[in-house]
Amino acid sequence: MIEVDVRRKLGKFSLQASFTSPPGGITALFGRSGAGKTSLINLLAGLDRPDEGRIVVDGVVLFDSEAGIDMPPEKRRLGYVFQEGRLFPHMSVRHNLAYGMKGDGSGADFDQIVELLDIGILLDRGPRDLSGGEKKRVAIGRALLASPRLLLMDEPLAALDMGRKAEILPYIERLRDELAMPIVYVSHAMEEIVRLADTLVIMSDGKVAAVGPVEELMSRLDLRPLTGRYEAGAVLTVTVEGHDVKHAVTRLAFEGMTLLVPHADIPVGEELRIRIRARDVSLALTAPDDISILNIFPGRVVEISDRKDGQMDVIVDVGVKIWARVTRLAVNRLALEPGKEVHALVKAVAIDRQSLGRSIKPR
Amino acid sequence: MDWLTPLEVEALGLSLRVAVASVVGSLPFGLAAAWLLARRSFPGKSLVDGIIHLPLVVPPVVVGYVLLVALGRRGPVGSWLYDNFGISIAFTWKGAAVAAAVMAFPLMVRAMRLSLEAVDRRLEAAARTLGAGRARVFVTITLPLMAPGILAGTVLAFARALGEFGATITFVSNIPGETRTLPIALYTLTQTPDGEAAAARLAIISVLLALAAIVASEWIARRMARRLEGGA
Repeated sequence: MIEVDVRRKLGKFSLQASFTSPPGGITALFGRSGAGKTSLINLLAGLDRPDEGRIVVDGVVLFDSEAGIDMPPEKRRLGYVFQEGRLFPHMSVRHNLAYGMKGDGSGADFDQIVELLDIGILLDRGPRDLSGGEKKRVAIGRALLASPRLLLMDEPLAALDMGRKAEILPYIERLRDELAMPIVYVSHAMEEIVRLADTLVIMSDGKVAAVGPVEELMSRLDLRPLTGRYEAGAVLTVTVEGHDVKHAVTRLAFEGMTLLVPHADIPVGEELRIRIRARDVSLALTAPDDISILNIFPGRVVEISDRKDGQMDVIVDVGVKIWARVTRLAVNRLALEPGKEVHALVKAVAIDRQSLGRSIKPR
Repeated sequence: MDWLTPLEVEALGLSLRVAVASVVGSLPFGLAAAWLLARRSFPGKSLVDGIIHLPLVVPPVVVGYVLLVALGRRGPVGSWLYDNFGISIAFTWKGAAVAAAVMAFPLMVRAMRLSLEAVDRRLEAAARTLGAGRARVFVTITLPLMAPGILAGTVLAFARALGEFGATITFVSNIPGETRTLPIALYTLTQTPDGEAAAARLAIISVLLALAAIVASEWIARRMARRLEGGA
């Protein structure tokens, strides 16, 4: 559980952030560069001091200007994975990893972390001899071995190319799933956040614009200018219900409904986060029965908004909110308006492997 | 040491003792001054900076004179030292070490300060998030990263201390076996009839000594660089 309410003036820039995020899981701080994300986690870590406010993590007061509390960074026990890694150049990987370990051997298990991050063969090398992805993993390991109560990750994938990103992402998922390590994850890439995060904090111009579960914020039309170039669509949390091997489809359950997608090799019972792109959703007034589309959900229009390009975004509540993008012509022809009953049609093959996120929690 | 005359052995031994004592004695103060100038801002900082650098620009005789006035047996600091601890440093080899230390101090501080300013403070911040307090960060991160600068400052100061002449002869005079260091012995020989040959030998010894110091420091610097580059 993280409670933040801070104000900080940095030259012309003023940071004024206030949010509470539920315990556990990954809390994503999202915003464009310059929105104040890194400034905010530096305040959390104690590397910079708020002008006023309060920071509480898991009931421990780290900063409180009124009570005169300002815990030094070394006492806060917040692991910080810096964007640039910041490995100590004069120490081997092994000594970098051991730097924050407790002398009495309590706390995180060296061998376990080394194995989790697959860095055993790097131990005797120097930081200079590591690739970008390897450096990142060592930096994560070093932070974990200091037994933090919370891990702060500042754009851990930003400096990496696509291949290296794909290399690191599974390790972050393992931290979340196998170590149950609560993480504050700073990023300006919505793909990463949708895949990893539970709670989303959207920042803009040094202020918190919205806080909430990722699924909920992603279906809010008013936040679209902030969520940026990321391809619009609904984010759902589903459970793998079963596989139909003969027809090569997988059944995903959510809110009492079933979504059919192309066969995916994921164990039954696993929870997934998936994304249905707005442009892959069609609307119909009556349920068509002679159509190839397998997923037809009855629902009700909640919101319609104009896009700059003349197309329209329609949010349909089918138990969860589904986002459809249609032409103005279609909206007029069907006389769509809030409250109107419609059917949302989703092509099964539109939900490809990429929009199937990884498991949220292991069963 | 058959190839050195007793006079040369005496001057050489005294010079080394004075130089080592001055460098070792001023090292902690040099570090503190470098840290103050590189990391702190306080009113009067440029004045402190100026005072530290003064021995570089003032005639050495002036420094020797000031030391004599302050640290002589009847000077304010000198009499206090003598009354309380029975220590007298004027006209002793310890005085020569003090004079050498003061003259070499700006060179030492300069090199250390530059290397401290080059230390990446983000690494220190990273160490603190890993649970290290300020003292541990200084010893395990800052000091090793500025080690080449400490070495450079030490070698410079050592070389400067070996060559110190003006402040030394003014403060502690020219006493054989006590304050007659290599340069002072050399100077004395040049003032003596038929001293040319002996003076030339001392000059060669001085050059060899300086060369040895430079070669040794280069060797240490290369080993340090290899360690800093993150080899195992």
